[in-house]
Amino acid sequence: MAPSFPTLASIRYGYGLSPIIAPPQSVEAMLASLNGPDVIARDLPIVPFAIRAEEEVAMGKLRRARRKNVDGALAKLKVANRIAQGEQMRELRVSLLRPAIATDGFRERLVRFWADHFTVAAKGKGLRYVTTGYIEDAIRPLVTGNFGDMLRSTATHPAMLVYLDQIQSVGPNSKIGKKMDRGLNENLAREIMELHTLGVGGSYSQADVRQFAELLTGLFYNYRKGFSFRPNAAEPGAEIVLGKSYGGSRGSLEDVYAVLDDLALHPDTARHIARKLVVHFVSDLPDPKLVAHVAAAFMASGGDLMAVYAALLEHPAAWENPGSKAKRPFDFLASSLRALGVGTNGVGADVVADLSIRKTRLYFQAPLQIMGQPWLQPPGPDGWPENLEDWITPQGLAARIQWALVAAGLLGNNTDPTRFAATALGDVADEELLRVVGFAESRVEGIALVLASPEFNRR
Amino acid sequence: MASLINPTRRKFLLRGAALGCSAAASPFMTPITLAAMPGDNRLVVIILRGAMDGLDVVRPVGDEDFGFYRPTLSEAGNPSDLDGYFALNEHLSALAPMWDKGELAFAHAVSTPYRDKRSHFDGQDLLEAGTGMDVGVGAVRDGWLNRMLSSVPDVTAKTAFAVGREDMILLNGENPVSSWSPNARLDLSPQGKRLLQQLYHGDALFQEAGNTATELAELLDMGSENGLGDGGMSDAMMNSMMSAGKAARAKALARFAGERLNEETRIAAFSIGGWDTHQKQAKGIKRALGELGDAVTTLKETLGVNWGKTAVLAMTEFGRTARENGSAGADHGTAGVMLMAGGAVRGGKIYGDWPGLGESALYDNRDLMPTMDVRAFAAHTMRGLFSIEQGALERAIFPGLDMGADPRILL
Repeated sequence: MAPSFPTLASIRYGYGLSPIIAPPQSVEAMLASLNGPDVIARDLPIVPFAIRAEEEVAMGKLRRARRKNVDGALAKLKVANRIAQGEQMRELRVSLLRPAIATDGFRERLVRFWADHFTVAAKGKGLRYVTTGYIEDAIRPLVTGNFGDMLRSTATHPAMLVYLDQIQSVGPNSKIGKKMDRGLNENLAREIMELHTLGVGGSYSQADVRQFAELLTGLFYNYRKGFSFRPNAAEPGAEIVLGKSYGGSRGSLEDVYAVLDDLALHPDTARHIARKLVVHFVSDLPDPKLVAHVAAAFMASGGDLMAVYAALLEHPAAWENPGSKAKRPFDFLASSLRALGVGTNGVGADVVADLSIRKTRLYFQAPLQIMGQPWLQPPGPDGWPENLEDWITPQGLAARIQWALVAAGLLGNNTDPTRFAATALGDVADEELLRVVGFAESRVEGIALVLASPEFNRR
Repeated sequence: MASLINPTRRKFLLRGAALGCSAAASPFMTPITLAAMPGDNRLVVIILRGAMDGLDVVRPVGDEDFGFYRPTLSEAGNPSDLDGYFALNEHLSALAPMWDKGELAFAHAVSTPYRDKRSHFDGQDLLEAGTGMDVGVGAVRDGWLNRMLSSVPDVTAKTAFAVGREDMILLNGENPVSSWSPNARLDLSPQGKRLLQQLYHGDALFQEAGNTATELAELLDMGSENGLGDGGMSDAMMNSMMSAGKAARAKALARFAGERLNEETRIAAFSIGGWDTHQKQAKGIKRALGELGDAVTTLKETLGVNWGKTAVLAMTEFGRTARENGSAGADHGTAGVMLMAGGAVRGGKIYGDWPGLGESALYDNRDLMPTMDVRAFAAHTMRGLFSIEQGALERAIFPGLDMGADPRILL
C-alpha cells in the first residue's frame, strides 16, 4: 500500500515526520511554505562568511606572530583555535537542529542539495571555518530564486574562488600576467561547465573550457581585502564560449556575468539540473519523463527555481516507488533528531544546542565520519555520492545502528517503541515492523531498532 | 557469510583497531581490495586518483621542448637520471635503487581510451571499468579486476573484501566484496540483533550489509564501555587525523596488503590520492610522490622473497598538460606515465612509444600524445602472471582492447 501524501512528502522531500510538527498536506502547501519567510535561519543564525573571513585574517596574523616567536603568540593562537573549533561545532549543531525542528523541511533539503551541487570545501589554512558561511550567504537566500542568480553568487564567491584555484589564474597577456610571468588555471572554468551547469555530457569542448577560463581571469579574492575584479589580471580581447563572443579589449565582471547567465539558461544545464534533482529526491535511476518535465519547466521559466520545484512536485512520477533512496548520514542524524522530538519541552533543544565541543564531536562529528559523510569534507567538487549502495555499507550501517542506540538512550527514554515507530514512520511502518520493535527487550533498543530499520533509512 | 571470517582477517581487524586514529579512524582511509586465487604470482594495482603529471614524475629532460614548456617545473628539485633521456622526480628517489636493480620500470605516453572531456570522475570510472569510450562512461559498474577473477578457473577463494567506506569498482561485481573499516561499533543485545535481522529480512541491501556488520562487530568485541566513536577522540587526535598520518597511511596500507599477499591473497588494489596539482605543483606533488614511494618500498620490504613473484602497477586516470599553467601547476591532460615495479618486472627500462613534445606531436596542441593503451600493459601483465588467455583479456576483461605486441614487461 502506498503511503499517504503527508507521510511521503515529509520523508521524501523533507526530514521526515515529527511528533510535534505537522507534515505538509499538499503540493500547494509545500510551495507556499517555501515562498514564505525563512524563519528558522533567523531563529538559529549562522555567522556570515565575511565575519568568518575577518576572523581568519586575525588567525593568520597570530600564526605569523607565532612563527616569529612573538611573546605570548602561541597562547593567543591556542585560544583563538579553541574558539574557532567551538564555533565550528556550534554551527554543526545548528545545521542539524534547523532540519530537526523546521516547519519547512523541503527548504532545508533544498539548501543541502544546492550546497552539494555547488560544493566548496575548506582548503589550506586560510579558509578553514567558512563553508557554513558560504552556504548561508551564497546559497540559502537564493534557493527559491533564479538558478542564474545562484550561479553568479557561487561562481564569484571567495570560498569557490579559493576552492577551485581561480585566485591563481591570471590572463597570460594581461598586465599582471606579463609582469609576473603568470597564466591560466582552468580548474574553476572546467568545473562550472562540467558540474555546475552543462554537465559532463554537455555540448562543450576543451576549447570552450579554455576560453571560459580566460574570461574568468579577473576574478580575485584576497583574505585581507576581500573580493575584487582585477582588470589588470583579466586576459585582454574577446573570448568565444559555445560559439558566442564575450568581452572586449578590457575584461570586466559584466563579461563574466554575461557568460554565466548564458550557461545558466542553456538547455544542457536545464537537463543536468533536472536530472540531478530527480536523482537526489526520487531515484538513482531517474524516470526520463520526469526529468524532461522538470527540464522543460526550467527552460520555460528561464531558470525560476520555484517553477522547477513545482514541476517536480506536480508530476505523478515524483511520488512513485517510495524508499528508493537512502538518507545520507547527515540527513539520517537530522531526521532522527526530528523523529525523537528534539526541540520540544521535555527533550529540550538544549540537549543538542548546548553540547560541549567534545560531546558534539562524540555524538555528531565522529559518527558522521564513520558513516562516511565527514562534516564539511566532501570527497571532491562533485559532492557526495547519490547511490543507495554508497551509503548502506556494513560500516555505514553498523555506525547508524550504534548511533541509534546512543540517540535513543539520550533522547528517547520515555517513549514506547511501537508508538515511536508510528510517529516516526506514519503509514510506512507496517504491522511486521510494529510487531518486531514491540518485542525489544528495552525501550531504548526498540527505538534504536526503528531508527536502524530500512524503512527509516530509506526515503 | 561465515566463510568470510578467518583468523588472518581477524588479525588485521584487531591490528587495525590498534592503529588508533591515524589510520583506522581516518574518514579518508583508502579502501583496499584483496582477492585470493590459485598460483604463486602476485599483482598489486595502485590507482593514482587526481591525474598524476607523468611529465613531472618521469621527466623527458632529453626532449628539447621540455624546458620551453615547463620553465619552472622542469627546474624544480634535483631529478636523478634514468636512461640519459628521462629523469626521475626527486621525490620518488626512494625508488632509485629498484631502478638500478632492474625492479622498476615506467611506461610513458600511455593513457586509457578516455579522451577530451578531461573529467576526473569519468576518467577514474573508465580506468577502473577498463572499457573503451564506446561503452559509455558509467555504463559498466563492475571493474576489470573483478572480470578477471570470474574468468580464472578454480578461483577457490571468493573472499575479496575491501576495507573502508567505499568499494573501488575495480573489484565490484559478481564476486562478493564486503566493505568494512574497523572503527564502527555495535552494542545491540542478542535479542536486538535477532530483531534487527527480522527487520532487514526481505531488504537485500540491508540484510547483506547488516549481516557483515554484525559479524565483524562481534569479532572486534565491540561491546566495550566506551561511548560512540570515543576511541580517544581527543582534540589532539582529531587534529592529527586531519593533518598528519597521510604518508603513514600509504605505508600501513601497503604493509597490510603485503602481509595478505604473503598468505593466500594474490591480488591487492588500493588508491593514493593527491595528484590534482593545479598550482604550485613542485610542492604539491611532493606528498603524493612520497606516499607512492612509501607504498612501493613497503610492499617490497613486507613481501620479502615473494617480491620476486610480484608485479605492481600504478596507473592514473589521465596525465596533465604539456605546458605548465599560469600558477606553476598543470591542468588536466591526456597521456601520462604508468609505474611498474616488482621482482617479476623487467625493470630499468622506459616502455612505450615516446612521441616527443614538438608542437605537432602534442594531442590537441596541448597534451602529451597517448601512443599506447595503459590497459594493454595491464593485460600483458595479467596474461604473464595468471596465464589468462588473450581472447578473454581482449573481449571480457578489457572489451575492445587490442593488446598489440607483447612489450615483455615481465621477466
